[in-house]
Amino acid sequence: MSATETSLQNFQADIDKWMSENIPNKPGFLLPLTFLEVGTEQQLDFLREWQHKLWSAGFLGMHWPTEYGGQGADPAYQGIVDKALGAHNAPIIFNTIGLNWTGPLLLDVGTEEDRKRYIKNILTGEEIWCQGFSEPDHGSDLGNVQTRAVRDDDEFIVNGSKIWTTLGNYADHMILLARTDTSTARKYDGLSFFLAPMKVAGVEARPIRKVTGEYGFNETFFTDARIPASCLLGDEGGGWRMAMKTLEYERGVIAGQASAHSMQSIGLEDLMYAMHDFERDGAPILEDAMIRDELVKLAIEAKANSISDRRASIPALNTDYPFGIALSNKYRHTEYARRLKMMGAHVQGAQGALFMDDDKAYMGGFWQRAYFANFGTTIGGGTTQIQANIIGEHVLGLPKS
Amino acid sequence: MSAIIGSKKIDFSEEQGMLLDVAREFVKDKSPGSEVRKLLESEAGFSEPVWQELVDLGWTGINLPESVGGSGLGIAALIPVVESMGKGLMGTPLVSTVLAAELIRRAGGIAEEDVLEDISGGCAATVAYLDGSDWGATNTGVSVDANGVLSGSKFMVPDAAQATWIAVVGSDAAGDAVVALVAGRDVAAQAQASHALIDLTKRASTLDFTGVKAQRVLSGDKVASAIRDYLLIGALLTAAEAVGSTSACLAGIVDYLKTRKQFGKLIGSFQALKHPTVDIYVGMEHSRSLVYHASSEIDDGPLSAEAEVACRMAKAKASDTIQYAGDRSVQFHGGFGFTWECDSSLFIRRAAWSQQQFGDAMHHRKRLAPLLLDA
Repeated sequence: MSATETSLQNFQADIDKWMSENIPNKPGFLLPLTFLEVGTEQQLDFLREWQHKLWSAGFLGMHWPTEYGGQGADPAYQGIVDKALGAHNAPIIFNTIGLNWTGPLLLDVGTEEDRKRYIKNILTGEEIWCQGFSEPDHGSDLGNVQTRAVRDDDEFIVNGSKIWTTLGNYADHMILLARTDTSTARKYDGLSFFLAPMKVAGVEARPIRKVTGEYGFNETFFTDARIPASCLLGDEGGGWRMAMKTLEYERGVIAGQASAHSMQSIGLEDLMYAMHDFERDGAPILEDAMIRDELVKLAIEAKANSISDRRASIPALNTDYPFGIALSNKYRHTEYARRLKMMGAHVQGAQGALFMDDDKAYMGGFWQRAYFANFGTTIGGGTTQIQANIIGEHVLGLPKS
Repeated sequence: MSAIIGSKKIDFSEEQGMLLDVAREFVKDKSPGSEVRKLLESEAGFSEPVWQELVDLGWTGINLPESVGGSGLGIAALIPVVESMGKGLMGTPLVSTVLAAELIRRAGGIAEEDVLEDISGGCAATVAYLDGSDWGATNTGVSVDANGVLSGSKFMVPDAAQATWIAVVGSDAAGDAVVALVAGRDVAAQAQASHALIDLTKRASTLDFTGVKAQRVLSGDKVASAIRDYLLIGALLTAAEAVGSTSACLAGIVDYLKTRKQFGKLIGSFQALKHPTVDIYVGMEHSRSLVYHASSEIDDGPLSAEAEVACRMAKAKASDTIQYAGDRSVQFHGGFGFTWECDSSLFIRRAAWSQQQFGDAMHHRKRLAPLLLDA
């Protein structure tokens, strides 16, 4: 499918119709707001079925090659689908680590065999992926990864532990960064990158309870776990480069992701909706001068963020810092979202002090939960502070911290 | 698309691209640091030969129709030029001149062909708008009688000393807003008092127009919306200039952080300095996006609601960003930053000036609130 204006317009109409007819009704249980919060089998089954439905209709990984389960279409089509998913408030597309990080990585640097083996099942939701980068003692300091993978003929024996393993207790595979050599001069050169099976002896994922009270993360323990040597992606000792490439997909620095709808989008419109339900000083809250100024500040930030994203594709307007807008994507968007969601709790007056389990909580504690859950995005994938180092060093050329 | 965020349009034409390249080179060549410093002390605040070159490049008429000697490219084409001048802290009466042309053509029209021809041909012009300090006041205190004779004075008229034409905002006997076109030569020297501005690259005066007879008075339906549009375009051009100055200020900070050592380390390795510098960078990019977005929303007709939102957002963001950049630039340069010699002094002064032109960030956020929240 090429992307002429007419064909895109027609597609927009088709997709709106499909969404209104096919998005499942809200189930009788709370759905996760983001892929970081899938905490029950019930949620998992629901989301897996929904992802499969979207893929079966041809609306997931549309721009991925047909031989691996995509549609071979122009990326503009998936963009329309993703926008429509947000606009129709659809449940999230949960297999994010497969769809947005592993999939594009394999299309980029994987072997033909890897692509054939893994990509279609990522799209259908039949196989769930998780990521094993961070370790309990080395959060943002990836170069210091200590989990060991020791070669034993045509296998590697893995020992150590990983933390913040989103979807780890459900996953079939992990993109795993492990140390295969402890003697290298540079710590980075001793790392290797694996497409590791999770359902083998010696791998155990223990769910971690989060600040929201929900689950979704795990600590993953490897105890003499044997994985085939063929799981290696790239060269032994070449893991750092693969990990950095993965992070570029994760942070949205480069495109190619199967779907952007990995989080239920919460925007200013949602906050405006809440404005109808609260008062301050006995008058509608929207008449409060202080509240108005905060909302305007958020609106300016939201607009500047999205126009900047568009500006990134106009090279003549990016000559001073060619990759600056892309490299600051995560920094800008996740911090804006944090401020927006915090505001959602602030506007509630005393009700803002209630949490999810209270039957008087506004919208079931939606904003409080969203605010807390947002820390997953300002911490995961390299914290905001690490992002600031990256922008400072790689965009502005400042010395390393 | 949600109402509160609205249009996300950002266009950048081939002409804008060429103008950006040419203007950057021109400013780099004509406005090195030494020249900026030299002009601070001068009476005019700009170099006459450089102004002539700029006129020869056609920049005084970029926005004007070809029928009056312009290029017909609209305000959008001026943005890269003004941004570049901001980057080089280049003093010229270009922005004042362009804004006068916009006010005159929006308030009047084809009958003002001769004045617009003068402007596109290189005669400097300006708008006398403020009665006092308040950008939010009506500012029509100067009265214009039936014979076109003015009474009253105007505050902080930019580049007044150079102006061949001065567009004075006032009111007629009925109290309706008018724009009186006054020839600069008709304002006596003793009726002009120049200000000591915080930004030494800029010039402005208080002018007493009492007894001055206007060459012509523009009145009627179009005047009120022309004044409104002049204020919005003024805010946008100030924002564009601020973005340029912010980028130069940022470059200065980055250079210092990459070369200055303390405690045996380059100070740019300290996150206490690095992270705020990143925030200046991100603020600068956001301001720049909003400026070029606004330039995509403006045309020769009365400004749309989207254009108004865009101009106000651009000014609010660019003002806050340049203020932060100038402030941190002084601080991060340490003892040297506190001195006159350090270029941080130029940037913090530019920031303080820029914030107060056409309304500060709070002024624009207050006006954005009903546009965004009560629609």
